[in-house]
Amino acid sequence: MAKEKEKDVLLHVENLKMYFPITKGIIFQKHVGDVKAADDLTFDIYRGETLGLVGESGCGKSTTGRAILQLYTPTAGKVIFRDADGDRDLAQTSGETLRRLRRQIQMIFQDPYASLNPRMTVGSIVSEPLEVHNIDNSAKRLKRVRELLNIVGLNPYFINRYPHEFSGGQRQRIGIARALALNPDFIVCDEPISALDVSIQAQVINLLEDLQDKFGLTYLFIAHDLSVVRHISDRIAVMYLGKIVELTESDELYANPLHPYTEALLSAVPIPDPAIEKKRQRIILEGDVPSPANPPQGCNFSTRCPKFIEGKCDTKDPAFQEVQPGHWVACYLYEGVHK
Amino acid sequence: MGRLLEVNNLQTQFFTQDGVVQAVNDISFYLDEGETLGIVGESGSGKSVGVMSLIRLIPIPPGKIVGGEVIFDGQNLVKMTDNEIRSVRGNRIGMIFQDPMTSLNPVLTIGRQIMEALELHMGMDKTQSRKRTVELLEKVGISGAADQVDRYPHQFSGGMRQRVMIAMGLSCNPQLLIADEPTTALDVTIQAQIVELVQKLQEDLGMAVIWITHDLGVVAGIADRIIVMYAGQTMEEAPVRELFAKSRHPYTHGLIASLPRLDQRSGKLESIEGLPPDLVDLPKGCPFYARCKYRIPKCDKQRPKLDEISPGHYVACHIDINKDSITTEHPWEEDKE
Repeated sequence: MAKEKEKDVLLHVENLKMYFPITKGIIFQKHVGDVKAADDLTFDIYRGETLGLVGESGCGKSTTGRAILQLYTPTAGKVIFRDADGDRDLAQTSGETLRRLRRQIQMIFQDPYASLNPRMTVGSIVSEPLEVHNIDNSAKRLKRVRELLNIVGLNPYFINRYPHEFSGGQRQRIGIARALALNPDFIVCDEPISALDVSIQAQVINLLEDLQDKFGLTYLFIAHDLSVVRHISDRIAVMYLGKIVELTESDELYANPLHPYTEALLSAVPIPDPAIEKKRQRIILEGDVPSPANPPQGCNFSTRCPKFIEGKCDTKDPAFQEVQPGHWVACYLYEGVHK
Repeated sequence: MGRLLEVNNLQTQFFTQDGVVQAVNDISFYLDEGETLGIVGESGSGKSVGVMSLIRLIPIPPGKIVGGEVIFDGQNLVKMTDNEIRSVRGNRIGMIFQDPMTSLNPVLTIGRQIMEALELHMGMDKTQSRKRTVELLEKVGISGAADQVDRYPHQFSGGMRQRVMIAMGLSCNPQLLIADEPTTALDVTIQAQIVELVQKLQEDLGMAVIWITHDLGVVAGIADRIIVMYAGQTMEEAPVRELFAKSRHPYTHGLIASLPRLDQRSGKLESIEGLPPDLVDLPKGCPFYARCKYRIPKCDKQRPKLDEISPGHYVACHIDINKDSITTEHPWEEDKE
């Protein structure tokens, strides 16, 4: 499915920066620093693929997703969205133009308990995007909502019920139906399954995959669980402290991880098989992730890196470069290695 | 190895306005000295309530242990007075909870919180308990422990807080450590640190561990035996390798098959359709009946007993999934009609 796909870029992100200012003082707020939640990210998302974005909490993966959707105004950088009408930089659009573009870019949120308005019925939640964008009359909207509920595997009979009457997995299905209402091209899935129970997670993953096949969707799939990301993604980007440290196809990432952080991350993920677990060598990282308000000099991973090179890693940021075709990494170990 | 803990027919219920919640419904298990037992289940499966009932940490009311016994080192914990159980809890049985932020007191220094147990159970004075606290913090890998004792929980990261919790759980050299989802709130690299730490400490101190989790992957690497719980009951119990290689219960089987694995490219995941039953209104038969692909009419009428099918391998199921075939392809859809 994914392998034969043409490399048709849907979204091009270039030097995207999202800084949150830190201020001091009550009346005269002095700008004393920045939390660099997303720092100089460049990557492409191809049409019809799933790009997985993994990293630990606080690494900026959700911020990146939100900055792409312009839910935050990025500090700098371009987010170019390409469709039949040509290229448009989302970071430069606003008002009505952006609102119209939002039909094509949607989001599925992490917490199905917090992302649905408890006072709205399922019907009004799912039809709200249609109303906001003035699509169809109310009879047609109702028909569309029933159809959407069917698509996500909910009984249309539930249309007048409220979110609290549903379980977590069912609520996530409602959130998915809402995201699909406007026939989007691109959906940012921000940890869509991490709040769900194990047996329900597989249901939602399968649903997302089915929908992708059916409607030709492109996903940015944000998650901290590498096993899930590997399962669903065509390519994976690994983030650490606001930066993408490695980006490649998901099988390649597992078979041939280049960045020391990726290696450690892969080795830390438990595999549900005791025979394999007994034999595995874990790379245990020392310490914690540094604060993004005060990142270390040089490479962000230098404080925990088992392959730290003194005088090099702690001086300047390594460049994010393509060391093998389609395999990007930001690490001094691969300096001078060219594709 | 001697028998450390034996739980027989434990039943815990919560009496609420909506009815009686049968959180733990007749579970029995044992634990030997130095052994690691993994208890796996989804939310609402009764795994936490079950273990909290052992040390009588469930709120009464609305909760109540309505039946069964818990024999720990020859004594029945269920029958103990409040004072007696207090001398066991935190002393001979240590605990680590899921969320280190809400289980630590934010207005007391971490040193104060660890010292409390030492002074209470071991009868130490302030200087002794402080010295021991510093030792404990060093043991769980907190560097500069002598300076860290006077800090407050908010000054630590999630992983460090969990280390503080572990130090607290270990403070009185317990024979049994209960770890209730200790790594669920943590990132994978920190989870790996904590898992390794607990395993190392277990080797050093020779204590038994009950590790409660929803993540089969975590217990695959650390447990000797695993119990799979569903709707307050034990569905399957087996040595760890046997459970993963030869799971016999349709629920365990489905649970393992529904996990995406890092080391394999899998096709479509097998999912368990439907939802767990309402604990207020449990079906008369097997609680997994409505979601089971292998179900037969008998399953709806009669609750299967936990039978030993091979040494140490117990299953509560009327059928044998290796012999019997799938009877309903989509049980969930059949119910809708």
